[in-house]
Amino acid sequence: MGTLLEVRDLKKYFKTPKGLLHAVDGVSFKIEAGKTLGIVGESGCGKSTLGRIIVHLLENSGGQIIFDGKDISHPNKKELHELRKEMQMIFQDPYSSIDPRMRVKDIIGEPMIINKTFSSKAEYNKKVSSLMEIVGLSERVSESYPHELDGGRRQRIGVARALALNPKFIVCDEPVSALDVSIQAQILNLLQDLQKDMGFTYIFITHNLSVVKHISDEICVMYLGKMVEKSNVKELFQHQYHPYTKALLSAIPRPNIHRKIERIILKGELSSPINPKDACRFAPRCNYSEDKCFSQTPLIQEVMPDHFVACHFVKKINNLE
Amino acid sequence: MNDNILEIRNLRIQYKTRKGIVEAVNGIDLTIGKGETLGLVGETGAGKTTTALGILQLIPDPPGKIIEGEIFFDGTDLLKLSISDMRKIRGNSISMIFQDPMTALNPLMTVGNQIAEVIRLHDKLSAQDATVKSQQMLEKVGIPSERFNEYPHQFSGGMKQRVVIAIALACNPALLIADEPTTALDVTIQAQVLEIMNNLKNELNTSMILITHDLGIVAEICEKVAIMYAGEIIESGTAEDIFDRAKHPYTIGLFGAIPNLDEDTERLIPIAGLMPDPMALPVGCNFAVRCPRKMPECELGEIPTVHFSESHYIKCLLFKDMEQEVI
Repeated sequence: MGTLLEVRDLKKYFKTPKGLLHAVDGVSFKIEAGKTLGIVGESGCGKSTLGRIIVHLLENSGGQIIFDGKDISHPNKKELHELRKEMQMIFQDPYSSIDPRMRVKDIIGEPMIINKTFSSKAEYNKKVSSLMEIVGLSERVSESYPHELDGGRRQRIGVARALALNPKFIVCDEPVSALDVSIQAQILNLLQDLQKDMGFTYIFITHNLSVVKHISDEICVMYLGKMVEKSNVKELFQHQYHPYTKALLSAIPRPNIHRKIERIILKGELSSPINPKDACRFAPRCNYSEDKCFSQTPLIQEVMPDHFVACHFVKKINNLE
Repeated sequence: MNDNILEIRNLRIQYKTRKGIVEAVNGIDLTIGKGETLGLVGETGAGKTTTALGILQLIPDPPGKIIEGEIFFDGTDLLKLSISDMRKIRGNSISMIFQDPMTALNPLMTVGNQIAEVIRLHDKLSAQDATVKSQQMLEKVGIPSERFNEYPHQFSGGMKQRVVIAIALACNPALLIADEPTTALDVTIQAQVLEIMNNLKNELNTSMILITHDLGIVAEICEKVAIMYAGEIIESGTAEDIFDRAKHPYTIGLFGAIPNLDEDTERLIPIAGLMPDPMALPVGCNFAVRCPRKMPECELGEIPTVHFSESHYIKCLLFKDMEQEVI
């Protein structure tokens, strides 16, 4: 299968009283149809903003988005309306992302009413019940209100609503972060099954590396609006070349008492994304930074086949020369 | 001489609401030795935080009430103390770190004064000495003491949690209760905070109860583990007991449900169903409805505690014949 979505040099700047906040600053990638791209990073790295500009919940400030062969960087109202049927989003918080005053069946059916995708009441009802069945919600909750349901079931409503228009592409923004582990596994399995059965393409945004490893084919690591490393899952978890990715991976506590790993503790915290200088954004926290890191932005380059890293000294740090 | 800093026996806590009685903690036993770290693990609603608040007697009453049980701290039963005696213990010999550093601090007070407040209250130091000591505490958690006069909004989440840790450890407590101390933080910041907590704990020889749902954090810093489910401790033991020899189907289920970074798993094994309603707990085992190895007798009566060794015990009928003689 070919490429479903490509973004080139995508940017989003927000105007703030203190200056221009570079939330997403020149990100490029491609996703093949039927695959999952995981976007990982800590709070404030721009991963949610990236997801939102791709589905046009936010307008981008520069760059190109190519979906299914068409340039959709700046769609007009009618194009956007059509586009929404193809791309959907699952939100992080199942408590605030669904209308508390609507019944479950109405929440799931609303996208179909807006887009008039059915010809009879019977067809509509049938579609709603089949969606509920697909996501594992029992028929008896269809008349319930969201507050009567637990977080796991609410997130299933969010998934069902995203599927209502038969999209090709779904952005999942931290869909399991608000859930307990035993419930989290249920939703992750559901998303994987749906992909297998219906061929969805996902962007999966999360801060949880174990989850992203489990569900993604490719992973892109972000830091302060920039993509710092990108590769397929297997390769990335075996070899990390960027100092930030190394530290991030070593920081995860592992549920294993025998395998102690050497932890890299980073100094300091995220620097400000407002009016950033021409420099590596990670340099102030990096253990390897040199003068060049503070005066020049590193470009993303292919270090190994299909493994991209944005670091001036990637070869030196990893003894690749 | 007793080596245990804290011993909880048959603690039972309920909340009386208009809709009925919420059975939050149902007869738990816990012991923590001096300098030991106990991980209290469980999902939302398991009763972890209620247990912690019970120890400090901070359960809002009404609606909450400690129905029965004993909590021995260094030999004295906390439940028999007067309000003013209990007040001398809180923040002094037992202190607590709350989950959300954003709301745990007073936004109208400088961070330095918030640390100094605890010290002046318990150690009866002069304002000047308290200031010096709180500056030392700031340095200990890795914050330059020049920031003494800044307000919480000037700090990031990780820094605020460090301030909370400084407050909790200012009076050199014998027991520290940390309720999900890093859940609100990013992983690289979590690593920094956990390192500070662990170092200070070792330096001051503090015992700790670490409440968390993250088995990774438990593996890293806890010597003992207790797994809670629906208000009961269903399995407890040393870290080796739990990570190498877990027996209870719920504990095993928890390990199956988390994606593992070190192994490739095609599919996660979720635990079917949901935690029971604490207002209508089932007869017999609370986990029975979700349990893959349920037997008819699980839903009949009281589930006995089965000991495998001095440290390791579970509440499950599957192993009732395997009990080993405990000294």
